[in-house]
Amino acid sequence: MQRNLLQLCYLLSAILFIMGLRGLSHPRTARRGMFLAELGMLLAIIGSLLHHDIIDYKWIAAGLVLGTLIGAPLAIWIPMTAVPQRTALSHSFGALAASLIGISEYYRHGAALGSVRVGVIGIEVMLGSLTFTGSLMAAGKLQGIIGGFPITFRGQNFFNLSLLGGMLALIVALMFIPTATTAFYSMVGLALFFGILLILPIGAADMPVVIALLNSYAGLTDAAMGFMLDNKIQIITGSLDGSSGLILSILMCRAMNRSITNVLFGAFGKVQERPAGHQESTKPVRQVSIEEAAEILGTARSVVFVPGYGMAVSQAQHRVKEVADVLKSKGAQVRYGIHPVAGRMPGHMNVLLAEANVPYDELYDMDQINSLFPETDVVLVVGANDVVNPAAKRTPGSPIYGMPILEVEKARIVIVSKRSLNPGFAGIDNELYYGDKTLMLFGDAKDTMMKLAAALKS
Amino acid sequence: MIDIGLIGDLYIFVLAGFLGYQLISRVSPLLHTPLMSATNAISGISLVGSLVVAGAGYNEVSTALGFIAVTASTINVVGGFLITDRILKMFRPAGGDGRSPKGAASGGAGSAGDGRSPQGAASKGK
Repeated sequence: MQRNLLQLCYLLSAILFIMGLRGLSHPRTARRGMFLAELGMLLAIIGSLLHHDIIDYKWIAAGLVLGTLIGAPLAIWIPMTAVPQRTALSHSFGALAASLIGISEYYRHGAALGSVRVGVIGIEVMLGSLTFTGSLMAAGKLQGIIGGFPITFRGQNFFNLSLLGGMLALIVALMFIPTATTAFYSMVGLALFFGILLILPIGAADMPVVIALLNSYAGLTDAAMGFMLDNKIQIITGSLDGSSGLILSILMCRAMNRSITNVLFGAFGKVQERPAGHQESTKPVRQVSIEEAAEILGTARSVVFVPGYGMAVSQAQHRVKEVADVLKSKGAQVRYGIHPVAGRMPGHMNVLLAEANVPYDELYDMDQINSLFPETDVVLVVGANDVVNPAAKRTPGSPIYGMPILEVEKARIVIVSKRSLNPGFAGIDNELYYGDKTLMLFGDAKDTMMKLAAALKS
Repeated sequence: MIDIGLIGDLYIFVLAGFLGYQLISRVSPLLHTPLMSATNAISGISLVGSLVVAGAGYNEVSTALGFIAVTASTINVVGGFLITDRILKMFRPAGGDGRSPKGAASGGAGSAGDGRSPQGAASKGK
């Protein structure tokens, strides 16, 4: 009877989770949706607290309190630019929980488990452990604790694949001899190591794909935990979570012109070496001063801002909004063009601009804004580089060739706010800067936007 | 042999995966970051499994592991929902310039936001 009640609770929460995710189809319904999801979570937790196996609430209460004390400040006070790190970190927390419970299950039942159950536990712990260290690595790279540059060595893919093969072999062996505890714990160790190796070769600019992929792994881990404990709600949420991560990684891959297999084998982020002796930027660029830029912008009827990671780095989003406000007061139409992989995680730029009070009606995705560039007077590129590089369309040998870009060159004038002429993360020279429509505005993005707003006002 | 429970679970897993694909495809690209933090929060459901292990008193090791797992999952549940709401609060349509986010969300959406939000419209059109 009580068991059925619990299952009914879980069913209700599953429905509430699904309705919650549905709410995210529009900003207007999103918060209401999340409220439903929160309700679902509460229901599931209360239901589980009544589980007949629980005899002592001491450690449960301690865990709930400690988790809240850590989780709440992490969510309330971190700056919006650090959301990618937080997301990666929380993938690792989820994976940690799943693999610990898996280890506990194995420890508790050991030899009493059937071969299928041991296999399920093995897979669950493997996924959990590699997602745990992998996500920690990703968070470290995003936070800058670990260098953002890809680390590669010869035979890396072969080595990683054999490691994966070794882990799977250990799991199969465990299915035949469930009591082989050494095999089990070696497998855990290998999985932890594998997670690190998986993220090692990935550069910071590829993080949007990696985060989405780790999201998918975390979901799969959760589902595997559901299989292990025969807990339906975990299977459902894990599956939803896994497919969400997968869809996001596919979208990010498309936006970077990388194949899905490329991602599934984790062999990405390695940009092909440029032909030797890369041409030092000797071509002339046209530089403008703040005053000249302000003059050009002041007469524009329509302006499109193209933000990139550089805007996030210098926290320039509020100043960008300031410039936009002055332009709007002068009667210009202001839009923002957002490339799917601008920033360090899917949708990163949208959040930063929303933080600066930019209404979401002014945020346009790549397809929409590309059709609007021909009727745009001025494009202001703020800290974006590879996503506006025309080499993706014109230069077949380029590492980013084939990647869909924001076609800013179709506008009448392009002003690029950039720290210096150094190439971006992918290390590729950007032809846009030498185009005859392009004017360069050198300096820190935040500083430049502040001066620009002041110059426009006077 | 493989027991029936596992096959039943597999049914649920596969069907939920298809549902997830449909559901997530409709999410506006505008909201991909809150989507990720929301799925983070929801995946904190591993809490329900961890609760039992932490409280059932099977043995000391299990209790200790369960306690850590409860802590880690709670971080995700509490932190995930809090930050999702914090992010979503910032998304406002044009015209709702009022300082109170709630007023902007409900008042502005009816007038200016109706069917005009570009990214939302595009994702539905695909």
